[in-house]
Amino acid sequence: MSNLIETAEELLQKNKVNLIIGYEKGTGSKTRPVFIRKAEDAKKLVFDNNQKQNLVVYLLRSEVKKAGKTAFVATVPALRSMLQLASECQIKDKELIAIHARDNQDVIVFEDFKSIEEFLTTADTGFTAVESELLAKLMAMTVSERFDFWTSEFEKCIKCYACRAACPMCYCGRCTTECNQPQWVAPASHPLGVFEWHLMRAMHLTGRCVNCSECATACPVDIPLNLLTYSLMETLETGFGAKAGMKADAKYALSVYKPDDKESFIQ
Amino acid sequence: MEIERKLYKNSSPDAIAERLLSAGKKVTAPVRSGKIVDLKEISKPSEIEYNALTSVQSAKKVAFPKVDKVVEYEVLKDTVNTLEVDFEAFPEQVLFGVKPCDAAGFIPLKAVFNWDYADQFFLKRYEKTTIISFACPKADEYCFCTSVGGNPGSTAGSDIQFTRTGDDEFLVEIITPKGKTVSALFEDILVPDSSNIDKEKFLASVPKAFSFEEVSAKLSSLFESPVWEEQAIRCLGCGACAFVCPTCACFDLQDEKNSGKGTRLKLWDSCGYSAFTVHTSGHNPRESQGERWRQRVMHKFSYMPHRLDVRGCTGCGRCSRSCPVDMNIKEHITQIDSL
Repeated sequence: MSNLIETAEELLQKNKVNLIIGYEKGTGSKTRPVFIRKAEDAKKLVFDNNQKQNLVVYLLRSEVKKAGKTAFVATVPALRSMLQLASECQIKDKELIAIHARDNQDVIVFEDFKSIEEFLTTADTGFTAVESELLAKLMAMTVSERFDFWTSEFEKCIKCYACRAACPMCYCGRCTTECNQPQWVAPASHPLGVFEWHLMRAMHLTGRCVNCSECATACPVDIPLNLLTYSLMETLETGFGAKAGMKADAKYALSVYKPDDKESFIQ
Repeated sequence: MEIERKLYKNSSPDAIAERLLSAGKKVTAPVRSGKIVDLKEISKPSEIEYNALTSVQSAKKVAFPKVDKVVEYEVLKDTVNTLEVDFEAFPEQVLFGVKPCDAAGFIPLKAVFNWDYADQFFLKRYEKTTIISFACPKADEYCFCTSVGGNPGSTAGSDIQFTRTGDDEFLVEIITPKGKTVSALFEDILVPDSSNIDKEKFLASVPKAFSFEEVSAKLSSLFESPVWEEQAIRCLGCGACAFVCPTCACFDLQDEKNSGKGTRLKLWDSCGYSAFTVHTSGHNPRESQGERWRQRVMHKFSYMPHRLDVRGCTGCGRCSRSCPVDMNIKEHITQIDSL
C-alpha cells in the first residue's frame, strides 16, 4: 500500500495538488470515496479490487473545482471517462492528475492527456469475459424475449436516479427528466416512465459510455443497467470505428460529418 | 388493548400466509429476486423469503406507492371534468414478514400525512393494512434501531408480531384490535403460551450507537456547522436513501396530460436532489449538497420530533446499505453526537 500513500503524500507535500480523491475503507465490506487535503491523511487511502465508484463523477463538481488542482485515483474506465470529458470540452489538459494503481505497489501518475492516451493503447479496455457472455445472451434472445427481460428488470426501478448520479457522463446541469414545460420524459416510475428514462439515458450515452458499470453498481434494486449500452458500444466501434474515452481530442462520432463517409446516402 | 400471547407450533409460517391469501387479502412479503430481496405482492406462500436480514425497500409503498394517481381530469371548453379516486376500492391488505423497523416507520408516516391535511391516499390505505412483523433474530453493522427508540423485538407499529423461539415454534403476539381481527383467520392453529416464553432470548443484539434525544437536542445549534459539507462531500445527490427509507414522505405532484385529458400523479421525491423545492424564480433554497444533507438529517432527527412528536428514523439502516458511496447514517449521526 505504501506506494499509493507515498505518492499521494508527495503530491500534497510538494503542493502539486490541493486535493486527492481516492478510496478509503468504508463501513461493512464497502470501499468508498475519500477526499484528502492534508498529507498526513493520505494514509487513509486504500487500494483493493472492490473499488467500485468511478471517481471522475466528482471532477466537475463545484466543491472540487473550488479546491484547485486535484489528483484522483483512477481505474482504467475512470481514465477513459476523463479523456471522454476532455473530448467533450469539460476538462482541460494538465488541470488534473490521475493516479492509476494497478496494485498496492504499482502506481502510475499521469499528468497529461497524452500519457493517458498512450497508456490506454496497451491497457485492457475491451469487454470482460462475463460482459461478453451477457451481451451474447441478450443478443441471442428474440426481440420479444428481450423486451420481456427488460420489462421484468424495469419493474423494480424506483427512479431514484442513482444510475444518473453515479455516471461521470451524466453531468448535465439540468437533466431532461427535470423539464416539465414541456415534459419530455414521463417523470413517474410507472412502466412507460421507466422505459423512457432508461432508453433515453442509454441513447444519450451512445459513443460516450466507457463501460465502467457504475450505473449498475449504484442501482439499489440491482438492475443490470450496464447491459443497455453494450451493444451501442459495439455498434459504434464496428460501424464508426469510434471508441469512447481513448482520445482527448476525439470528435463525437454521431456529430461529425466527413466528406469521405463510407455511407453513400450522406454524401 | 393488552398484548395477547400465543404459540404457533410449526417450522414455517407458510400456513399463516396461506390463510391470509385464502381469505382474499392482498399479501405483501419479502421475496427474493436475483441478488436482492424486496417486498412484493405474493400469490403463494412459497414465494416468501423469511431469512433475509431486511428487504432493500421499506414497507411504506403499500400505503404510499412510488406512483399514486391523485385525480384524472378532462379540460373542456368551460368546465373541467374530474374522476376522483375511490378510496373505498383500496384492498384489504396484510404486510407479512416485515421487520419491526418497517412497522415503526408507519408511526412517523401517519403523523406526516395527518399533519396539516389528512391525506386520504395514505390514510385510507393504511387503515386497510394489517402489519404482521417478524422480530429480528439477526442484525448487521448498519442496524441501529436501539439508538432511535426501537429494538429487534419492538411491537410499536405492528398489529401482530411473530418471534421464532425454536425450530418448530413461534411466539405470536396479537397487539392491536386490527391484529385481533386478522388473527381470527388462523387462531385455530395457535396454542396458548403456557410457559410464558422469554422473547428477549431470541432477539438479535443491536448495540446502542447514540442517544436520539441527545442528538435531537444538539442539532438545534448545529445549523451552521461545517459538518454538513464535510459529511456530504462524497454524496452523489441521488434519491436511493430517501426511496428505500421507511419514513421519507416527500412527494412531487406531476401531471401527465395529452390534449386536455390528464392524470395528476403523486411521485416520491427526495431532498437529496439538486432540484428539490427549487422556486419558480430560479432560487434554490439549498444550493449545495451539504445543505441538502443537513435537511435530510435535521428533518428526521430534529424537525419531526419537535413538530410532530415522532422520531423520523427507525434505525433500519436501509439508506446506508443502498448508498452507492457509503453515506452511512449511523456513522454520521454518531459523529454529530460527538461534536
